[in-house]
Amino acid sequence: MSERMELSFTLNGAPVCLTTEPGRRALDLLREEFGLTAAKEGCGLGECGACSVLVDGELKLSCLLLAAQLAGRSVVTAEGLGTPDAPHPIQSAFADCGAVQCGYCTPGMTLATSALLAQNPDPDRDAARVALSGNLCRCTGYVKIVDAVLAAGAALRGEKP
Amino acid sequence: MPDNLSPRADALAKATGTERYSADETPPGCLWAGVRRAGIPHGLITGLDVAAARSLPGVAAVLTRADVPGTNRQGIVHKDQPVLCGRHVRHCGDAVALVVAESRDALAEALSRIQVECTPLPGVFDPEAALLPDAPAVHPGREGGNRLAYGLVEKGDAPGEFAAASDDDVLVAGEFHTPLQDHVFLEPPNGLARLTPAGLLDMVVSTQAPFRDRFEIAHALGLDPMKIRIRAPYLGGGFGGKDGATVQCLLALAALAVPGRFIKMAWSREETFLAGYKRHAATVRLKLLAKRDGTLRALAGTMLFDAGPYAHLSGEIMALGMEHAGGPYRIPHTRVEGSCAYTNNPVGGAFRGFGVVQAGFATERLMDALAVRLGRDPAGLRRQNALKPGEHNCVGVMAEAGTDTAACLDAVMAHPAWTGREAWKQAAPAFTRRGTGLVAIQNAMGYGRGLPDAAAAKLELTRQGTFRLYNSVPDMGQGNASAFVAMAARALGQPPQAVSCVQPDTRICPPAGSSSASRTTYTFGNALLRACRAMRDKLLARGALALLCDTPERLELIPGAVSDPVTGRSVPLARIGMMLCRDDRICVDQYIMPVVDHPPDTGREFKLGFPHRFYSYGACLCAVEVDTLTGTVRLVKCLLSVACGRVFSLSGVEQQLQGAAAQGAGLALFEDIGLTRGRMRAGDLSTYLIPTALDLPDIECLALDDDEPSGPLGLKGMGEIGIHGPGPAVAQALYDATGLWVRHLPVSPREVLEAMGGPLS
Repeated sequence: MSERMELSFTLNGAPVCLTTEPGRRALDLLREEFGLTAAKEGCGLGECGACSVLVDGELKLSCLLLAAQLAGRSVVTAEGLGTPDAPHPIQSAFADCGAVQCGYCTPGMTLATSALLAQNPDPDRDAARVALSGNLCRCTGYVKIVDAVLAAGAALRGEKP
Repeated sequence: MPDNLSPRADALAKATGTERYSADETPPGCLWAGVRRAGIPHGLITGLDVAAARSLPGVAAVLTRADVPGTNRQGIVHKDQPVLCGRHVRHCGDAVALVVAESRDALAEALSRIQVECTPLPGVFDPEAALLPDAPAVHPGREGGNRLAYGLVEKGDAPGEFAAASDDDVLVAGEFHTPLQDHVFLEPPNGLARLTPAGLLDMVVSTQAPFRDRFEIAHALGLDPMKIRIRAPYLGGGFGGKDGATVQCLLALAALAVPGRFIKMAWSREETFLAGYKRHAATVRLKLLAKRDGTLRALAGTMLFDAGPYAHLSGEIMALGMEHAGGPYRIPHTRVEGSCAYTNNPVGGAFRGFGVVQAGFATERLMDALAVRLGRDPAGLRRQNALKPGEHNCVGVMAEAGTDTAACLDAVMAHPAWTGREAWKQAAPAFTRRGTGLVAIQNAMGYGRGLPDAAAAKLELTRQGTFRLYNSVPDMGQGNASAFVAMAARALGQPPQAVSCVQPDTRICPPAGSSSASRTTYTFGNALLRACRAMRDKLLARGALALLCDTPERLELIPGAVSDPVTGRSVPLARIGMMLCRDDRICVDQYIMPVVDHPPDTGREFKLGFPHRFYSYGACLCAVEVDTLTGTVRLVKCLLSVACGRVFSLSGVEQQLQGAAAQGAGLALFEDIGLTRGRMRAGDLSTYLIPTALDLPDIECLALDDDEPSGPLGLKGMGEIGIHGPGPAVAQALYDATGLWVRHLPVSPREVLEAMGGPLS
């Protein structure tokens, strides 16, 4: 772990470069080097989805990714989707549909939703449930989260609510 | 139905990842603290060698029992849990040594270098066996042995009724078992602490009870509680699992050992399984006597809770279970005995449903047994016996107005999922059987008699003319903070954006108890509304000074201003905010939940938390599909109705019901800690399965809009009640589908398959 590497990648749309240990978990890198704490640690074993990020548009678990694996990639965290003042339509949909309770799973859920809607802009409830099945939530029973996925899809397709 | 809480005030910050949880507080350069756990269920420590860990580079401190100042005892009521074990290990998760290191890597390395030698002792893993005279003592020398608590509640003459039973009566009896359940909050227990140069122990903790934590830490470590500050940001889930000792004392101890440095403790998921407390496993034996026409006559039986080695709130949990053992039914004669036994299993503690899950499963199963014996529709039998206002519940407390079990049952019984259940069952596809169950549910609100269910609320007018409310009860996800913002905005006639919310901080918030017991929104909400009224009166009085008005009662508080409708003049709240000194910009008020006026003369063993005055009621339907080839059970419909006073926010009520029902469904079908002789198989989320999005249907909710006159805006607490439905409703549905008579949870595919006569039937 003592060897360090120069690591360059795109983070939430901006190029970044730093020196770090190649074997460091991407989750820790994002949270501690960049202060991006949207990705959460819920299990550290790739079982809960709370640490989900998008890597080149694909949903990945940052607790299982090593820093070196981010080299040259484009990484998006929930902070990169939107902000409280300018939220992404997916984030707005989660808020408006009551899909946020404790919120610990929510950033990961919104990124799973983003990955789904990129592939399938008009999913039905079953497709939404399949797409979110790797992201655990203990608060909601998932009903309003599925509502939010469909509402986000409609919003991104330009349909009026 | 109006919705006062959509979107929630906390939703966007959480969705965009900017909300800061305790887990997100890792200042640069902070130290990491971690615990070496015993790993055996019962034994004596004969050797503890920490030299190799202590000498490792990057290790700031290694602490053992000898380094603990104070009593070393934690616990909410009974102080029986050591912060660090000295000699006696009582469960696998017991803490033996504490390490503080410069990095997580150094911490892990140091923990692995600690040598613990233990002489195993014979363990006691069965609560029945624990109560036998020759059982190994979990706490040697303790008066009462392994019997941690005992209680008796009775009403009328149940033994006489059973003795007098005739051929005109029907008797059903059974033994039922519910398992340990892990909370699986997504944010594992964690916190950050620093002993400041001024001697203040400054902590940020994922906790449901910051005010009580202060005293618990102070007692265990011999500190002045007023020199401990605890902040509780939004929790990543709690469900009762952060209402008691997790990291608090260990983290505080680490901070004392390395003054001035920030120290982080974050349990892994594995450590959370190992050391976190669980819902108590319980065995409930009940018998129920009824007339042939279905009228309930008497209930009697016993409840036995496996406390594990430390009390936590076992006695209080047992008491609440016993208080609910009669279900939401009219039963003239009852007698229920309860015991909690110390064992070497994982620690039992608070979990949403708090003893009621265990009781409700047994009672509802007996109602099913009675329905079968009488050839009755299980819903109609419940409807016939539903407790009404003015009648007495099973411990003799008169049911308040709003005891609407019958209305809740009616709402579900009128739903197509119930009226059409036979046609749906007949239409089952190949290799599939279908069944439907419908049960009644209830859950008390508040701490109960003997322990003031009190909250104080603080509200501040800022110098900018907006309002800041000081939430004193942690929001673990249930949305109480957002509800408080909405309530205050409404009471003050201001837009919600004009009200900001400070999360619990013992330094600046007045005490308001724990986030638990379906009490949070009720008790703090009432205190807050009183503070809002005081603020309104104050603003009108101070506004009158600026408006030169000698009759402040004619003034109005309007958005952003105090206005005089007679003159048409107004003064902005920002002006008033600038005008007042800080003390004058603050209003504090408090509320204590009313208790039962004339408590029945029973449950005398219970000093705290018995009985309760207010309940929410409901009904729950579950429909299942069973795969005849694999025995797999799918929950395909789940519908809940609830009577919980006025519905302040339909979305908020649905959030609680859906989430609670999901946890109940997990308990019914998936969640199994795999406990064998004090060791659990579960150590992560692939060995302990909670429901995923694919495992649950769209849970439907029917909220009856009622009114609780004492409630803030007429509401009652309802954060727990939804968890009671799926266990017994799934059991009833499985009987309908397969004839399997479920006596324990979770239901395994193997027993379902066997009930159907094997894989090919």
